[in-house]
Amino acid sequence: MSAETAQRRIAIVPAYNEAGNIGRVVDELRAFDPELDVVVVSDGSADATSEVARAHGAHVVTLPFNLGIGGAVQTGFRYAWENGYELAVRCDGDGQHDPSELPKVLAPVVAGDADIVVGTRFGGDDSFRSTAARRIGIRMLAAIVSLIARQRVTDTTSGFQALNRRALGLFAADYPHDYPEVEGMVMTIKHQLRLQEVPVRMREREHGSSSITAFRSIYYMAKVLLALFVGLFRRTIPTEGA
Amino acid sequence: MNVLAAPTPLKVSIAATVVSLLLVLVVFELIRSRRLRERYALLWLLTGVVLLVLSAWRGGLNTIAGWFGIRGYPPAVLFAVGLLFVILVLLHYSTVISRLSDQNVILAQRLALLESKLSERDE
Repeated sequence: MSAETAQRRIAIVPAYNEAGNIGRVVDELRAFDPELDVVVVSDGSADATSEVARAHGAHVVTLPFNLGIGGAVQTGFRYAWENGYELAVRCDGDGQHDPSELPKVLAPVVAGDADIVVGTRFGGDDSFRSTAARRIGIRMLAAIVSLIARQRVTDTTSGFQALNRRALGLFAADYPHDYPEVEGMVMTIKHQLRLQEVPVRMREREHGSSSITAFRSIYYMAKVLLALFVGLFRRTIPTEGA
Repeated sequence: MNVLAAPTPLKVSIAATVVSLLLVLVVFELIRSRRLRERYALLWLLTGVVLLVLSAWRGGLNTIAGWFGIRGYPPAVLFAVGLLFVILVLLHYSTVISRLSDQNVILAQRLALLESKLSERDE
C-alpha cells in the first residue's frame, strides 16, 4: 500500500477480551500501512483490551456491555462513517487476519471494481479445526447465499473485509446482529452493491477457540435461515451514490 | 388403543388451523417490518408451527391424546401445548427483561459519570 491514493482509510477491529492479542494486531496494522487509522471496538470486554489498544495507538470505542459481534462491528462502521473515512477494512481482534494479506482485500475496492470485498479462507471454506456441525453449516450457508446472490460465494462467515464509503454507509445505517457476515452479504447484493471474494491466507486463532457449540450452531442456523428468508421480503434502504 | 377416543371435531380442526396459520403469518410480518427481531421470533414461530401441525393433522392429534390418556376430547392437547409454549415464551421474556434492566442500570451510570466529567471540565 503506497500513497497512490489519498483516500482516508481505517481498520475496524472488534474485540472481546482480547487483551492478549490486540496489541500485536494494532501494531501489525499500523506497521503495515502507516496511513491506516485503527479503531478498536471493545465489546464489553472484562479485561484490559481498551487500555492495551489505546497504548498501542489505536482509537478506542469501549461499549458499556457486550452487544455481540454485529453491534460491535456496526459501532466501528458508524465511527468510520461519521469521521468521513473513504475506505474501511474490518479484521478480527484475535489475530486471525494477517495484515500482510490486506492489499489483496483492499485492491478491488481501491480500483473501484467492488464496493465490498470479502477475504475468504484459502482453499474454499474451512481449513481450520472446527466441529462437523459448524463445517456443514458453513457449507450450507454458502450454498444458500450463492443461490440468493446469483453469484458464487464460498465463505459467508469471514470477517476479513474491505468496504468503500457506499458499503460503509449501508452498514452504518443497518447491520444484522447475531451472525452478521451471512446476512450482510445478502444485504449487499440486495442493495446492488458489488461484492467480490478474494482468497486469503488466515492464521490459526491463538488464544482460546471459537465459542460456538453444537447446540448454538443449530440455534444460529435456525436464526440465520429465518433472517435470510425474511430478508428476501424486505424493502431496500437507499444508499449514497446508488 | 385409540378405538375409544372420540375423534377431533372437524370444525375444531379447521378453526385451530386457521388461527395457528394467522399466528405464523403475523409473526412473519412483524419480523419483515422489523418490529420483531429474529432472536425473539423463533419461539413464537415454533409455537405457531407446532400448533398448526397438531391442528391440521387430526390423526396425529388423536394419537398424541391417546398417549396421554385423553379419551374424551383430543383437542385438549392443543390447549395443553399452547399453554406450555406460552409459559416458555413468558419465561424467555423474563430473562430478556432481566438482562435489559441490568444494561439499563449500566447505561444510566455511564451517562451520569459522563455528565459529571463534562460539568467538572466546564468549571
